[in-house]
Amino acid sequence: MENTKLTAKDFASTLPVKWCPGCGDFAILNQLQKVMAGMGLPHEKYVVVSGIGCSSRFPYYVNTYGFHSIHGRACAIASGVKLSNPDLAVWVITGDGDGLSIGGNHTMHSIRRNIGLKIVLFNNRIYALTKGQASPTTQFGVKTKSSPMGTIDFPFNPARFAIGLDCTFVARGIDTDMAGTTAILERAAKHKGTTFVEILQKCVPFTDKEFDALKDPVNKEDSILRVAHGKPLVFGKNKDKGIVFKNFKPEILEFRPGDVPDEVAVYDETNAEMAYLISGFLAPEFPIPLGVFRATEKPSYEQLYYDQVAAIGDTKDNELETLLSGPDAWEVK
Amino acid sequence: MIKSSKNIKVSELDSITIRFAGDSGDGIQLVGSQFANATAISGNDLSTLPDYPAEIRAPAGSLGGVSGFQISFGDESVLTPGNKPNVLIVMNPAALAVNIKNIDKGSVIITNSDAFTPAALEKAGYTSNPLEDETLSNYRVIAIPVTALTESTLKDSGLTKSQIAKCKNFYMLGIMYWMYGLPLDPTANWIKTKFKKNPELAEANIKVLTAGRNYADATEIFDARFQIKKSPVTPGKYRNLTGNEAAAYALITAAKLLKRKLFYGSYPITPASEILHTLAKHKANDVVVYQAEDEIAAVCASIGASFAGCMSATGTSGPGLSLKIEAIGLAVIAELPLVIVNVQRGGPSTGLPTKTEQSDLLQAVYGRHGESPLVVMAASSPADCFSTTLEAARIAVKYMTPVIVLSNAYLSNGSEPFRIPKLNELPKFELPPLPEPENFKPYMRDRDTLARPWAGPGMKGYEHRTGGLEKAEGTGAISYDAENHERMTKIRDEKIARVVREIPPTKIQGSNEGELLVVGWGSTYGAVSQAVSEARKTGLNVSAIHVKFMNPLPADLGTIMRRFRKVLVPEENTGQFRMMLRSAYALEPIGLNKVQGQPLNGEEVLGKIKEILRGN
Repeated sequence: MENTKLTAKDFASTLPVKWCPGCGDFAILNQLQKVMAGMGLPHEKYVVVSGIGCSSRFPYYVNTYGFHSIHGRACAIASGVKLSNPDLAVWVITGDGDGLSIGGNHTMHSIRRNIGLKIVLFNNRIYALTKGQASPTTQFGVKTKSSPMGTIDFPFNPARFAIGLDCTFVARGIDTDMAGTTAILERAAKHKGTTFVEILQKCVPFTDKEFDALKDPVNKEDSILRVAHGKPLVFGKNKDKGIVFKNFKPEILEFRPGDVPDEVAVYDETNAEMAYLISGFLAPEFPIPLGVFRATEKPSYEQLYYDQVAAIGDTKDNELETLLSGPDAWEVK
Repeated sequence: MIKSSKNIKVSELDSITIRFAGDSGDGIQLVGSQFANATAISGNDLSTLPDYPAEIRAPAGSLGGVSGFQISFGDESVLTPGNKPNVLIVMNPAALAVNIKNIDKGSVIITNSDAFTPAALEKAGYTSNPLEDETLSNYRVIAIPVTALTESTLKDSGLTKSQIAKCKNFYMLGIMYWMYGLPLDPTANWIKTKFKKNPELAEANIKVLTAGRNYADATEIFDARFQIKKSPVTPGKYRNLTGNEAAAYALITAAKLLKRKLFYGSYPITPASEILHTLAKHKANDVVVYQAEDEIAAVCASIGASFAGCMSATGTSGPGLSLKIEAIGLAVIAELPLVIVNVQRGGPSTGLPTKTEQSDLLQAVYGRHGESPLVVMAASSPADCFSTTLEAARIAVKYMTPVIVLSNAYLSNGSEPFRIPKLNELPKFELPPLPEPENFKPYMRDRDTLARPWAGPGMKGYEHRTGGLEKAEGTGAISYDAENHERMTKIRDEKIARVVREIPPTKIQGSNEGELLVVGWGSTYGAVSQAVSEARKTGLNVSAIHVKFMNPLPADLGTIMRRFRKVLVPEENTGQFRMMLRSAYALEPIGLNKVQGQPLNGEEVLGKIKEILRGN
């Protein structure tokens, strides 16, 4: 790894950023530029690949190699980039429609392979670029242009989808939480294998109120469960509530602030089952968990691929003619 | 000359066509390809046609489960797997019932008579045994109890009854090797490698193969054996390759010549999967093989790898090409090199997945959204899949464009001897010039080819963004400007039009002008040249040309066609190339169209030539 001192500004492109005023994408862009600058990798080693949607404009605004591809196919294109050159840091920027609907198959199979892609899925629960149709994460019953009587589709829970697929790194952040999201992206940047980061984000024109409870300056901590490895699952603005598991069922236990009972679960990000239970928390019964849900080690696809190649031995010096002849050629004189 | 232990007449022939047929589980393809290798090693030219059902194991003994392997071999006149077999080898009654209508009276039929049991006869629709009644009285039938002979050969082998039953195809192969004076060693060696872990089975199969040969030599049921004329071939190293193998080796060769990694993204599909299988064996040679989750992911991964600087390719068949089309549009606008090998099969939809056709021509040339021109080339024979695919790769990187190579089931499964080229015989690969980083713009162009420079991830100073949105000329920045879009559309069009400079002058078989010109393309090459050659021998005024570049079309094509009073276009579709010619040159060619999942043969083309010229 080259030791290059870079700042977030070095990763900003010269193009004017064209998202709606107030869009959460601006914050995520700043966070990611900062994370990239801090990794010690030079610009040319970064590739940002996206599909189609508001979030997918992202590559144009990062001063690295970038590929703004076609709807849903970012993971597929990025897989080709990563496998052909594993030294590259390959980021996939996608959205709830791009990554879970038209591109769901590629997202799923990238995770299955554990190929080294850093997938960041902006979840604004709507098709925004096409002006407001229900997406796979639009909540049940919500009225949109394509569901004037309310959706009858049950929504995906992106983080839980990734955990169900045994993704080796799964996290959820929110656009307004600069520190939390930056910390998640930093860990994702260092992880080997597929990382899946869901970032909750409102869409000003279409889903402006979507995550209001998580942004309320006074009461937000009552609605957020900050998940951290080795720490008890405690939440609430007074830190007076915790999660206990009874017979694998989560419950909320209230207690005196500062006096965390032993029954309150201590989070273990290597525990897939715990990650699955936590990621299923929905409002209003439970607080919405944010943080790193799962981080575990498994060989990456590119690692396994090039290990196999190395095991065959180096035959690169083979003359082309020898290679073409194979074992069964004959000579005509 | 073949030496025989008995006084048997040995006839010399220019060429012969034989067809092995049996149950799809009988090992017919295996026996056929072994026979093909033995003829190739003996110095014959050859052409093969594997013809098998879509089901891996169709119900045993059924008509639908018959698998066939046809081979024509002999001197240099062999260009197709033959029209009708001179010798038909059938391993069961169903194979006889399916194939009898395709052979001429007087032909030889060799059967495993043990397989003609009442139950098997009933499944094949026979009410009485054709080996015993008058059904085959017009043919020379040689009935051999192959099952019983195999069993007696292996009675002390310790193998189970079902293991022994599986050896019988080698008994028949041994008989055929005797009949044509072919060597046993290549097959014996192949058996040894194949059953390396099971030497008992290897020994049994070799024993049966030898027993078959000895049986034919010792018995008097054969009154003749044949010496087939050899082909006067160019000296060099040869190998028998199928079209799919040839395409795979061409891709490796292209990457070596370009000094880049090869990236091949693919999803399993009949009849293209053997390209994937062949390349998967060569991972240590800078070949990255990626079996994707679907056709779309396969082409997209290859586009990603192309962006990252690899010699990139994907392979598929018609339905898969349809799925890849949107992404190919991306490669067109992003101007990234990509080779797409499309092994055509009978369509639409699943259609006839194991059978051949030429019906993806219009899909390849026109089947995209927007104005998205690209290069389309068609291979003419199994070995030509090598040179066509290699040329496609060379053009893809020189012009920074996707190139579609059209092969089909006939070329991909068929095989012929392939002369292994020397390094200095291979074409040079040139890339568009890459300026210093400070002068680099992603969509600047080479003045000659209009290709943009190829710089990708990992290269310092060339960082840029590309994608599916329209680009401003030169800089490649997003542009919604109306005039820029029209200009870029024209540039992309002109770039492909300039590929015409890569096309060598069209060779004419026969005279340069006259009554009739037969225009072949792709896999009809063998049938057309054979037919035209025979027609000319009988004094008919006919010539032929063969088109490899389907887009852009050769510059001299229109001029040549206009020098003939009539133009005939034989093709395995309902007239797709004919339609292209009509629209490009305002000509009215005559069509000869076959859509049966089987290749056009020389006899059919000859028949049409006669019909046209006699109607004059």
